Amino acid sequence: MGGYRHPVTHPTRIKPAPSTILAIVLGVGVPAAFVGIFFAWPVAAMVGRGLFVDGALDLSGFGDVLARPRTLRLIGRTIGQAALASVVCVVLGLPIAHVLYRLTFRGQRMLRALVVLPFVLPTVVVGVAFRTLLREGGLLGDLHLDGTFTAIVLALVFFNVAVVVRTVGTTWEGLDRRQEEAARVLGAGPVRVWLTVTLPRLAPAITAAASIVFLFCSTAFGVVLVLGGTKFGTIETEIYLLTTQFLDLRGASVLSVTQLLVVVLVLLVAARARGRRTAQRRVSSLQSRRAPRLGDVPTIVVTLLVAAFLALPIAALVLRSLQTADGWGLGNYVALGTTGSRNALVVPVWVALGNSLVIAVQATVIALVIGLAASLVISRRPRSVGLRRSLAGFDAVLMLPLGVSAVTVGFGFLITLNTPPFDLRSSPVLVPIAQALVALPLVVRTILPVLTGIDDRMRESASVLGSPPWRVLRDVDLAIVGRPVLAASGFAFAVALGEFGATSFLSRPDRPTLPVVIFRLIGLPGGDNFGMALAASVVLAAVTVAVIALVERLRVGTMGAF
Amino acid sequence: MHTRNKSLAAGGILLAVGLAVSSCASDAAPGATPDKLVLVTHDSFNLSEGTLAKFTDATGIDVEVQAAGDAGELVNKLVLTKDSPLGDVVFGIDNTFASRAVNEGVLEDYASKDLTSAEEQYLLPAGSGLEQLTPIDNGDVCVNVDHEWFADAGIAEPATLDDLLEPEYKDLFVTPAANSSSPGLAFLLATIAAFGEGTAGEDGWQDYWTKLVANGVKIDAGWSDAYYVDFSGPSSDGDRPLVVSYASSPPVEVTEGVTVAPTGALLDTCFRQTEYAGVIAGTKNKAAAEKLVDFLFSTTVQNDIPENMYVFPVNAEATLPATWADFAEIAPDPFVVAPDEIDKNRETWLSEWAAIATP
Repeated sequence: MGGYRHPVTHPTRIKPAPSTILAIVLGVGVPAAFVGIFFAWPVAAMVGRGLFVDGALDLSGFGDVLARPRTLRLIGRTIGQAALASVVCVVLGLPIAHVLYRLTFRGQRMLRALVVLPFVLPTVVVGVAFRTLLREGGLLGDLHLDGTFTAIVLALVFFNVAVVVRTVGTTWEGLDRRQEEAARVLGAGPVRVWLTVTLPRLAPAITAAASIVFLFCSTAFGVVLVLGGTKFGTIETEIYLLTTQFLDLRGASVLSVTQLLVVVLVLLVAARARGRRTAQRRVSSLQSRRAPRLGDVPTIVVTLLVAAFLALPIAALVLRSLQTADGWGLGNYVALGTTGSRNALVVPVWVALGNSLVIAVQATVIALVIGLAASLVISRRPRSVGLRRSLAGFDAVLMLPLGVSAVTVGFGFLITLNTPPFDLRSSPVLVPIAQALVALPLVVRTILPVLTGIDDRMRESASVLGSPPWRVLRDVDLAIVGRPVLAASGFAFAVALGEFGATSFLSRPDRPTLPVVIFRLIGLPGGDNFGMALAASVVLAAVTVAVIALVERLRVGTMGAF
Repeated sequence: MHTRNKSLAAGGILLAVGLAVSSCASDAAPGATPDKLVLVTHDSFNLSEGTLAKFTDATGIDVEVQAAGDAGELVNKLVLTKDSPLGDVVFGIDNTFASRAVNEGVLEDYASKDLTSAEEQYLLPAGSGLEQLTPIDNGDVCVNVDHEWFADAGIAEPATLDDLLEPEYKDLFVTPAANSSSPGLAFLLATIAAFGEGTAGEDGWQDYWTKLVANGVKIDAGWSDAYYVDFSGPSSDGDRPLVVSYASSPPVEVTEGVTVAPTGALLDTCFRQTEYAGVIAGTKNKAAAEKLVDFLFSTTVQNDIPENMYVFPVNAEATLPATWADFAEIAPDPFVVAPDEIDKNRETWLSEWAAIATP
């Protein structure tokens, strides 16, 4: 990316100032240390347990495990399932992103919040809601989808379409409409404009979203089991089985490494796809959004259809939560103030909701601080190829936690974080940290496309006009990134609130989160506990929507600068 | 380059401040008082408020409970953390995982001194846990039947495992999978105990399962799924009147004012799960840990178990709550598989089972 892109160049090499070195140490070092201590180390230790036999590295497991036809089937199914779900999410998510982020109409903000709703619903509960619809005799029983591959993919789409809508929507919202208009004036048809002008500018955001969806889907656990039964095992479910039931650490390690390789491969492909970055003007959404026109009908229709698809299991859930032993009523909601029948719980559901909110806020703060710092560094374009490559590698490392089994990380915590200064195994701080690890990639992927889209000349002009560096950062980077940061914080919060895998592993019995409590309720016999589990899920979803809607409201007016 | 790096510096400073703030917010010292015991349990552990406090009142030792997943996860976590134990006492190791815990040496030698001959039936074999594990509770996993459904349909209810293969019960039975659910595994073990290992040309459990699949058994991933989605019971949505659940499930389905339970357990189809407590190897508080094991076996805890964990206490002195006395049933002669047999064959059995049941 030669210097011709930079009209303000420096004739002589300048030695980096101490503050620069400090910035790099902090911007790279802190996120790297965070991911290193709370992710890489535990995973490496766990994999090491399986691969080192009596102190010697034994790689024969790879041959044995990978030669099993079952393993190959699992790998193939994992990739196929995740790839298919990602494609469907992108295809359905783009029209919705257009409607929710490029048009303007009443109720739009609420719709944006609603799209995220499935994302936080506990997988076990959604699984049950889906299966209630799909089983023979259920509302959609005639489709014969119960226990099929299609049902799993549909459920994965249900959970993840929001990732595409929000990641792409946030970028799209800031794109200058005048480029499209210019192309139209010059005679290009709408399809051609979309393909040649809009799509290239959205490409980084689309690949970012697709890679996140792929990672989420490839490590999906609860939903795959509930909807597919054990016959649709994936790498993730197999790691769980080998680790928690068979204590076959060798097999689990081989699969963990395989999982890691798949993830790295996907990230490489994604990085290549979004490699060419184009500087672009970002505009206020007031300029980019307009009222719907006739030409928007197709995207609006898709949005409505997907909305109906998302609403169906949720409606089933809400209806079922209103059913009690004595007919329709709010009994299940009233019961949330109790510890359930026959002492099902240690704390009332409301207390668990309080725990969830506090922990999710902590996780969001951690993810935002670390994600923002990392994004600011990754978005720079050093001229040295080596440095650029290192930044790309750093970027990929931050994504890894999404693609590695929660079981491997969780067991890894137990065998690594047991000596000072990291004697944290039973410490409550691990819960928000684990949630932040999952939210971090979403934060980076939401903020980074916007940051990399900033034309460096803007920073340079500001600097030439006499702004000190902190003002450049504040007035250029942070001003532009303000909106995506808010979007990212809403999303990170939702992820943290709904996180179950790692949380259930780490949360303490006297301080459970809402998803943990829901899981316990749905695991106990008796219609009252089941009803409470459903009511609690509805409450969890409602709270999330409310929080995200609130964040959306805050976003108004953050982009007035230019 | 120069300007960019300077704004980079500002970013770093911003980050440093942010981190300082966030680390303050989430700072909590993992305090270690010498007069505290850590009780590591499975996720289902629950007692009435104040029950554990009675131990503290008597001994001055606080008890901190840490849940560690289901029985399998619990044992595996103990094995993995052998060098740096998770706590002092463990509760929730069941007869299907007992041998692994014993063989891996994660337990100190201690069984409660208060055990009497009345609890002999729950003791593990010598060398396989007798010396390390104290029985605390037990519960039967049995096929549950929806009485109302069979009454309405005018079909006689099945009673035995063999009955489930009869044509009149085709497509009526649902069970959680043996490889992803512990009641599912318990039911598989019941069939293994009942029909034995199949050899070429001879009937065995494999043959039984082939026929069960041919008779339309539905296999779900988890218990919740089987019980709430596919079972036809009063609090469920489904249309199958036979489900693998616990013998303690029917009392829960009895609503106020009802004298006849709407569901029941088929007592000739049961596998008994017994849960044990033990002292974790490497504890620095062995004497106190032994006291806690005794306490878990004492009537203070034992009387509190049924209403909180839906299982029966093992202590012969314990008393049952009134509703349990009325509706809860115990299998007179449950199926049994020796713990070391289970541990030795778990993987083989489960993969054979998966090949038959979830092809």
